[in-house]
Amino acid sequence: MAYTPQLRELMKKVEETRPSRVGNPFPRMTPEERQEVLKKFHPDYNEEGFREIRVGVDKGKRMPTEMADVIEAYSRLKGVALDLNTFDYDVDVLIIGGGGAGASAALEAQAAGAEVLLVTKLRFGDANTMMAQGGIQAADKPNDSPGIHYLDVVGGGRFENIPELARALVMDAPLVIAWLEKLGTMFDKKEDGTMITIHGGGTSRKRMHAARDYTGAEIMRTLRDEAYNRGIKVIEFCPAVELLLDKQGRAAGAVLYNLETEQYYIARAKTVIIATGGSGRLHYRGFPTSNHYGATADGLVMGYRAGAKTIYADSIQYHPTGGAYPPQLLGLLVTEKTRGLGATPLNVKGEQFVYHLETRDVESSAIIRECKERKLGVPLPTGIDAVWLDSPLIEQIHGEGTIERQLPAMLRQFARFGVDIRKEPMLIYPTLHYQNGGLLINENGQSTIENLYVAGETAGGIHGTNRLMGNSLLDILVFGRRAGRHAAAKSKEMAAPEGLNLDHLEQYHRELDQAGIGAERVSPMLLPRYTHR
Amino acid sequence: MRDGIGTVDIYVMGKQYRVPETLTILEAMEYAGYQMKRGCGCRAGFCGACATVYRIAGDFELKVGLACQTKVEQGMYLAQIPFFPGRKAIFNLEEIKPSVADFAQLYPEVFRCLGCSSCTKVCPQDIDVMQYIAYIQRGDFAKAADLSFDCLMCGLCVSRCPAHIVHYNAALTSRRLYSRYLAKPDAFLAERVREIENGAFDAELQELMESSRERLQELYNSREIE
Repeated sequence: MAYTPQLRELMKKVEETRPSRVGNPFPRMTPEERQEVLKKFHPDYNEEGFREIRVGVDKGKRMPTEMADVIEAYSRLKGVALDLNTFDYDVDVLIIGGGGAGASAALEAQAAGAEVLLVTKLRFGDANTMMAQGGIQAADKPNDSPGIHYLDVVGGGRFENIPELARALVMDAPLVIAWLEKLGTMFDKKEDGTMITIHGGGTSRKRMHAARDYTGAEIMRTLRDEAYNRGIKVIEFCPAVELLLDKQGRAAGAVLYNLETEQYYIARAKTVIIATGGSGRLHYRGFPTSNHYGATADGLVMGYRAGAKTIYADSIQYHPTGGAYPPQLLGLLVTEKTRGLGATPLNVKGEQFVYHLETRDVESSAIIRECKERKLGVPLPTGIDAVWLDSPLIEQIHGEGTIERQLPAMLRQFARFGVDIRKEPMLIYPTLHYQNGGLLINENGQSTIENLYVAGETAGGIHGTNRLMGNSLLDILVFGRRAGRHAAAKSKEMAAPEGLNLDHLEQYHRELDQAGIGAERVSPMLLPRYTHR
Repeated sequence: MRDGIGTVDIYVMGKQYRVPETLTILEAMEYAGYQMKRGCGCRAGFCGACATVYRIAGDFELKVGLACQTKVEQGMYLAQIPFFPGRKAIFNLEEIKPSVADFAQLYPEVFRCLGCSSCTKVCPQDIDVMQYIAYIQRGDFAKAADLSFDCLMCGLCVSRCPAHIVHYNAALTSRRLYSRYLAKPDAFLAERVREIENGAFDAELQELMESSRERLQELYNSREIE
């Protein structure tokens, strides 16, 4: 009985309107309506939350204020004396980050014959990958094709995607699913082996593959298990804090930091892959986030300081369905699969106000409009407004037991705090979910710095300015694998780098000094601080 | 803090802190001043980083939970298990079969289960752990895979097992065996992979990549939706 008596009273409206809503679909928005709601209500269009960057290779570009704060900051190594030419580790390919992108890069780089070292800030597998619930897209049905997938990707991305990256994404997608299948990933399948696929927001074909609502977790634990089986060297609780360059200015390793002993290590590598994930823990615009504890933009900061260019760093995704109540679930992801199965958003009167499978940017904007402009949100005891997500509708559409089979994680999570989502609708509000942009890459995962690769959420350009559901699990594997293979091949052609240095930091610090930025600002953040003051 | 929220006293590794009663254990530790390194991951019940053992003052029973998924209670004495040194068997999936004999090579201790059910009692996901161990012993990897699927690999089962079984790794191996050898492969997927490798879509993609924004918008807005 987690809902208060007042909420239970309001919930009756949802129950009253439910029969009239079944089999009576709400219309999709026209392209013009979508534009309008985005412009007026999407946080990306609100200039207040942004500022121009004053230092570095993209000086003058717009970034969210909180991102600008970690970009316009001094290195943790300022004033630290290090011997950069005595190596604690000396490998072909250094991979920074232990999520899905890092793991797949490691597997492919090692398979290509490279000696690999994977370092990660927390545990191997501690990443947004683990939390991706709903699914992974791939055009592997007879009525679908990579071309149709491509159109969905660029339409969802507001036609801002880099064409070569979008092509790589959709063309590799079936190859990635086949790779995972062979590695023993437990996808939802029919008896005859056919993958069960459903819609996601903005898909024109049912191409969302899932492993219940633990899709990312299932992929991550499979890849991690395989990495251990193949003897890949992994160091946990040991993030990189700066990239090392060689005398020609090419990436040549990193300074690592043992989080527990607080020692620095020097790792030399012929090629480096940044796979450190996103930045939700920067809490743009004060939003709660669905992101992992470690999502603090570390790779973006290190790469930018070394001179790697960014793209669409000012484009942030707010997932329409973040938990809003009970308070313990604030900001937590309610998987899009919930809407894929038919649950619809409703206002305080129990009325639907937006088609339930618009793209994420549009769906979120419509929810914000319902609460802020139309004042038809559900008032919560915690002082914020939210909307209902009518999960019991799923059981009406697909039959009793569907939620238990298809959404076990959601069912369990809400039950822990006293809500039975089979019988009671959920309360949701948009949550900070994804960094659409990042460091610019090409189709091999190469950044604008030689021998520096980027894969996963840290990279940008693939999804334009809005990513579709199920294309992130896909992206990390497509570009993780590509970066791993290319970085391995590149390392074979090279002699060991010489003259390792951190000269780029001195230059960067000079720019910071000139811009008058206070020395107390230090990054990468590594760990968010939630301690009570 | 909003008005009207009560507080409770909790004891983190023996030290007392007064915290708001609405917080999870994880939030309460942070409220108390801990900046987490270990013992904190996804903060959403998916990663198993924050396994916690606790006891309520006056009670003898040791309880367990995920710190991010458990609300604080008055008089909660707690400690986290930040790491568990359970063994993982190393194998080549292409060289083993879903058989009891192969499994016994990898994880012989699975067959020494004493049937005490401690693992099932301790699972924060409410999985019947002992039952899936029984399925593995019988060679029913399909059932073991299905029953163990929601495992977060937090390690609490291992911490209580008198037979030294590493349940979560055994379960993962059973799921990989099931998915690789017992579930049928998707027939059309293999066909699609061949088409892509043979360049069947190259021309179509090239044309799309070279299309103007206006042309793409037109195609997108008029596309057929299944």
